[in-house]
Amino acid sequence: MFLEFVEGPLWYGSVVIFLIGVAIRLIEVFAKGTRPDFAAARGLGWPGAMRTLVSRSWTAKGFTKGATFHLVAGYLFHIGLFVLLLFAAPHVVFIEERILGFGWTPAPHWLFILAAELAFAGLMLLWLRRAMHPVLRRISTFDDHAGAILTFVVMLTGCMALLMSHDSLRAIHMLTVCLLLIYFPFSRLMHAFTFVISRSYTGAAMARKGVRA
Amino acid sequence: MVAVQTEHDFERGIAVLSQQIDAKVAAYFSSCVHCGLCAEACLFYTETGDARYTPIYKVEPMRRLWQREHTFWGRLGKALGFGRDLTEEDFANWQEMTYDSCTLCGRCSMVCPVGNDIAYMIRRQREAFAASGYSPEGLQAASTRALEIGSPMGLTLKALEAQIVHVERATGLTVPLDVQGADYMALLSSMEVINFPEYIESLVRIFDAAGVSWTLSRKAFEATNSGIQIGDSNIARELVGRVVDAAEGLGVKYVISPECGHAFTAIRWDGPNLIGRPYRFGVVHILELLDQLRVGGRLQTEGLDDRRLTYHDPCQIARRGGVLNQPRNLLRMVAPDYPDMADTGRMNWCCGGGGGVSANEGAEALRLQAFKRKKRQLEALGVDTLVTACANCRIVIEEGLEHYEMDIQVAGLTELLAEHLVTKPGPSPE
Repeated sequence: MFLEFVEGPLWYGSVVIFLIGVAIRLIEVFAKGTRPDFAAARGLGWPGAMRTLVSRSWTAKGFTKGATFHLVAGYLFHIGLFVLLLFAAPHVVFIEERILGFGWTPAPHWLFILAAELAFAGLMLLWLRRAMHPVLRRISTFDDHAGAILTFVVMLTGCMALLMSHDSLRAIHMLTVCLLLIYFPFSRLMHAFTFVISRSYTGAAMARKGVRA
Repeated sequence: MVAVQTEHDFERGIAVLSQQIDAKVAAYFSSCVHCGLCAEACLFYTETGDARYTPIYKVEPMRRLWQREHTFWGRLGKALGFGRDLTEEDFANWQEMTYDSCTLCGRCSMVCPVGNDIAYMIRRQREAFAASGYSPEGLQAASTRALEIGSPMGLTLKALEAQIVHVERATGLTVPLDVQGADYMALLSSMEVINFPEYIESLVRIFDAAGVSWTLSRKAFEATNSGIQIGDSNIARELVGRVVDAAEGLGVKYVISPECGHAFTAIRWDGPNLIGRPYRFGVVHILELLDQLRVGGRLQTEGLDDRRLTYHDPCQIARRGGVLNQPRNLLRMVAPDYPDMADTGRMNWCCGGGGGVSANEGAEALRLQAFKRKKRQLEALGVDTLVTACANCRIVIEEGLEHYEMDIQVAGLTELLAEHLVTKPGPSPE
């Protein structure tokens, strides 16, 4: 009964809130507009936007030392998370049956375990850094911790549901997923979408000045 | 009548701060994951270890206002009585972070994983702090002098004309003034006129040798723009407008920005946006023009400089201005094997005194502490001369070197080239 609720009305409701919430957030950004740039540009903006969109996936030259921890932990978490999200066998089935109507070959069990370990390790390292580093302690807000904890709980319940194949665990996982979907648009998790806008704005502005950003 | 806000007006500050939140700022705050990497790029954090100087934390007032007034969650929370509004105390507490510990150098903007241009955000926040009178007295005074006298250092036209007499005596050449239809109108910074008049001598000699048609304007000779530094667009617009009026009145093809970092930002990049239209003339930095003359064979030097020297990139000229290769091309004319610092060009470390920090007496101790980064860079290379292309960088570095008792000379790149100038005319201009 509970499983039917979380996989039925709650799931659909959460998806609607997620989609509308993300749309509102993006509209909130773009509706503010940008100031026109009348300065004679050295070059086009859009190639710079494209370049920065890619280049910020790595550290700036000469800056690797200061960013190594964040880079490694960040990639561990994000790669692990996306492998889990897109290639965990139950997710592939769920996407095929409930969302897209088609699926793909799921990751083998060993890869699922590896991805889960990477994701957990990355997330915990990032969160420990947030809890211990003076700079991170100074700038972190409730939202930073809430987003990390919620993501952790979603991953944990997901792994438990997969490994133990129990309906109640699956229901709990779906419940946390729904909570994450509802929380997502109103939180810092929005960076998953808005980083494209930020990198593009900066890359374009700097390219107009003739600087590779 | 444009004037500097010296009295505290918190409500006005909040209104202006809200106006600064455009799509860029909203996207930047939406994207920030509070990773803290920007701290590692900021010399005020790396040299003090004080987490308050983390660049993104410096715009915390603007973030709070954005979250509370410009997001659904924030507005809902406010309607339900959650959270708290910004207070005057917040503005008072953040004045140091907004002005004293930021040179607008933009190094943080180059390392942010989500691409936030934090220097842009701080510049926007300064608009609100300037509008509400929460700005350093030194910058307020400099801005007032710029508006009333025409120069942030109080330099008058008479003082410039007196300096021109000296330059003409020293060079035996005439300094052109108000020449209608000249190709170039040169701007100067007060600091050059007062502290480094050799820059003017160098210009005169190089332009004479290269056959450049140029002039100074009696109406607008000052390039620096305190409005940009304090963060008041009304002041910045007034000061840029004087240059635009003079240049368009003389009908020049180009305006030359001098060896001054923020002056270049003001006239080259911000100016057209301040006046709301493109210029009817081009703007070149002096280093861009000198490199063009070099390529055209009109700037020729002789002899090499045997000092161990390196080059310091002024942030607003290099990272924020796009003049990166030209100074290196020029410096190699007289020092072909000079070594660059480890972090250089678009990732250069600031001198610590840009963005109005050097005009802010309250920031002096912090600025000298931040200078330790440049000190280490210089010690690593073991040079005896530092060449740069910004009068403000130059004086800040000279003060830093003196403070730390370092025996290193500082020279302007234009002067260095003039010292080696071949005065015999080269090939005819194209």
